[in-house]
Amino acid sequence: MGSLLALRDVDARYGQVQALRSLSLTVDEGEIVAILGANGAGKTTTLRAISNTVNRSGTLEFAGRPLGRKGPEATARLGIAHVPEGRGTFSELTVAENLRLGAYARRGSLRDDFTRVFTYFPWLERRGGQEAGTLSGGEQQMLAIARALMQRPRLLLLDEPSLGLAPLVVAEVFRIVKELNHREGTAVLLVEQNARISLATASRAYVLEVGSVAFEGPSSELAARDAIRRSYLGY
Amino acid sequence: MTISRSTAIGVGATLVVAAVIALLPLVLSDYDLSTGATVGVFFIAILSLNIVTGYTGQISIGQGAFMAFGGYTTAILTHNHGWNDLATLPVAALVGFAAGFVVGLPALRLHGVYLALTTFAVALAVPQIAKNYSNFTGGTEGLALPTHSGLWLYGMAWSIAGVMFVFSWLLLRGRTGRAFRAVRDSEIAASSSGIALPIYKTLSFGISAAMAAVAGSVYVLVINFVNPDVFGLSLSLYILIGVVVGGLGSLWGVIVGAAFVELLPIALTDSHISSSESVPVIFGVVVIVVMAVVPLGAADLLRRLLQFGSSNRESAKSPLGTEAR
Amino acid sequence: MTAISLFNRTTWRPSRSWIVPAAIAAGGVFLVVGSLRSSLFAQQTVSGLANGGIYASLAVALVLIYRATEVINFAQGALATFTTYVAWQLIDWGLGYWPAFLCTLVIAFVGGLAVELAAIRPVERRGSQLTVVIASIGLLILVEGAIGRIWGNQVKFMPAPFPARIYHVGGVAFSLQDLGTIAISIASVVVLWLFFRFTKVGLGMRAAAVRPAAARLVGIRVSWMLSLGWGLAAMLGAVAGMLAAASPSVLLQPNMMDGILIYAFAAAVVGGLESPAGAVVGGLAIGVLLNLLGSYVSWITPQLLLPAAFVLMLAVLLVKPSGLFGRSRTRRV
Repeated sequence: MGSLLALRDVDARYGQVQALRSLSLTVDEGEIVAILGANGAGKTTTLRAISNTVNRSGTLEFAGRPLGRKGPEATARLGIAHVPEGRGTFSELTVAENLRLGAYARRGSLRDDFTRVFTYFPWLERRGGQEAGTLSGGEQQMLAIARALMQRPRLLLLDEPSLGLAPLVVAEVFRIVKELNHREGTAVLLVEQNARISLATASRAYVLEVGSVAFEGPSSELAARDAIRRSYLGY
Repeated sequence: MTISRSTAIGVGATLVVAAVIALLPLVLSDYDLSTGATVGVFFIAILSLNIVTGYTGQISIGQGAFMAFGGYTTAILTHNHGWNDLATLPVAALVGFAAGFVVGLPALRLHGVYLALTTFAVALAVPQIAKNYSNFTGGTEGLALPTHSGLWLYGMAWSIAGVMFVFSWLLLRGRTGRAFRAVRDSEIAASSSGIALPIYKTLSFGISAAMAAVAGSVYVLVINFVNPDVFGLSLSLYILIGVVVGGLGSLWGVIVGAAFVELLPIALTDSHISSSESVPVIFGVVVIVVMAVVPLGAADLLRRLLQFGSSNRESAKSPLGTEAR
Repeated sequence: MTAISLFNRTTWRPSRSWIVPAAIAAGGVFLVVGSLRSSLFAQQTVSGLANGGIYASLAVALVLIYRATEVINFAQGALATFTTYVAWQLIDWGLGYWPAFLCTLVIAFVGGLAVELAAIRPVERRGSQLTVVIASIGLLILVEGAIGRIWGNQVKFMPAPFPARIYHVGGVAFSLQDLGTIAISIASVVVLWLFFRFTKVGLGMRAAAVRPAAARLVGIRVSWMLSLGWGLAAMLGAVAGMLAAASPSVLLQPNMMDGILIYAFAAAVVGGLESPAGAVVGGLAIGVLLNLLGSYVSWITPQLLLPAAFVLMLAVLLVKPSGLFGRSRTRRV
């Protein structure tokens, strides 16, 4: 059985600067995988490499087929939902419009999707007409995840979901991610600075250093190794 | 003081071009020489636009209006008051400077596209005002001016062009030029380094308008006629095309821009590649193609060709950077 | 990009919230009171609104393109004139006015799309905004030249869509032409609003204009949205052109829309370049104001109308540099 997502020897660069060097990782169907590491290690770049919003080379395969030169519009249609750093909220549009946009790549009625989204985020239903930019940081993060959910993705790419959020809100966000994964079977690849909660949520993790994988393994194992925790994960 | 390779090439190229221009009268007919004088007019006008837009980063699409100030000054002084034509040029420059200053003041509050559209409106408004106050300006019938031989016009136009070129070069090398470029590249950085923005921004408009006014005066002498349509919208647009095709922020490109704008339409008709009706169509297509292929203008093309052999490659940044947005 | 999304009902409010609506309300009151007291005033107001409707349509076209690309399309007027000539040609070949009108809208849409693909996209790829502006100026020269080449430079007669009927209401004479022009221009802007507000593609276009990077991530083909934008803008331009040609004071000739383009620029600028609502308000205001100035201020001759519009534009910009409905941008250091 092949992986849902497979990266092999992927390089990526910003102009002259090389951000990823021979990076390899996999994500299986229904898994939650975390990418950890210091600032500048290439975590966000990895996600960008998948949706092809950065100059990249190497082998990238999704559901057994190579991603080739497909741009972000195409990867979205393949079933990959990328929630970028900063959430990518359409601040000037309403909450309801943001949700509708999540399902842009799909055809057909959205009624079931709205229902599903409201079971995870009941408060969204009441705020449909509110301008999305006026939501709090935590609410925008949840809106971003809800938007991704509208897409019915097979793989969810989450970039720094905890950024700028209070600890209680972060806990809630990760709880929802875990619930999503459990109930919908959506695979999740998440990039995070907050290693502790990531290792608690993900089953496996990769630790990046200067654009390559330094360590990988089950979360429990990585959390148990003091050396890794202190040097790479900061706690 | 070591002279850099590009400066040496630039100076050399300028001398070659100057020599060619000086020698052309030997081979051209009198009629062609007055066309050559028109190229000189565009040279001065494009140079003036380069100062305010290319070097100081303030988009101005109103050069035609400043040219009108100069042209009408010359026309009124010679026609109504019998002045000697060349004597009117300094007056035109002063009038132009004043007009530029007046435009430059409100321009301090406007940026990017708003400034572009406002100057564009100026370009259209001024001829309309000229049409309106016809007892003063001769209205649509216009004013006639004394004629001169093509050779005289050519000599005058290019001498003035030469003087303007040297003046611009000296200005832009010095402290003022550095201040202009600082304003263009980042107003915030410039003002926090102590550069008085309002002074330099209005100064650039003033100088640019003064030069454009002189261009207008020369133009009026070349066609020995003036009426509001002479300085209409097309003139401002062609000058803008000229400065971009030549390369914003480059003095060397100005000659290319001037030649492009004035000679290409003539070349198209004369060589019978197209009928005269199709000339604007082809010209428009060429402008679009040039923008697609060489967006930073001839100067950039030249720069890239020159650096092809050398090891240090600078990235060619669009001179307007973020100001234009 | 910090563009205001098209007609988003929760972002009607400009930055200093009460000044602008108050000014507009005051203006409206002035017009109504004046109209009730003088029949000349009323007539000039209505015909001013009709002109204003034309300026507003073209201004919204400009704003559509500007919001998505931060480029001013200098060729918008020339494209409008071209499509009006197409309408003339269809009528000349025997088609009825309204069928020709609708056909022209379709042709304009396709044409606008084609122009974006052929002339603008290759330039956009590598150039800055100024480069695209120059390309649009090249396009302006090209299109006006093409009109002259295909149809010649003589004035053509464009039949009027409305029979020359005058309605008398309380001693005031209103022409059907003026009323029809107001109706059609408002209707086209409203239809466009409905499109943006209620259709999926419209939502996609708004998203692409506001946040192109995020839009790509949800699967929106941003460059297609751009082409569509040009197509819609061309359609609006066609409406403006056809209405203008029908108006008694405008003649169908290659440079027909040159002056109107300026008024449309002024309208767009006054309203705030990223606000279609502002463009409509701006257009109507300029139309009415210029008409009233022309009638009541004796030294303002027809030639001074354009400078008057310029003064108006400058006055608004000096007080509010980003236009009445514009959002002032904070400049990041």
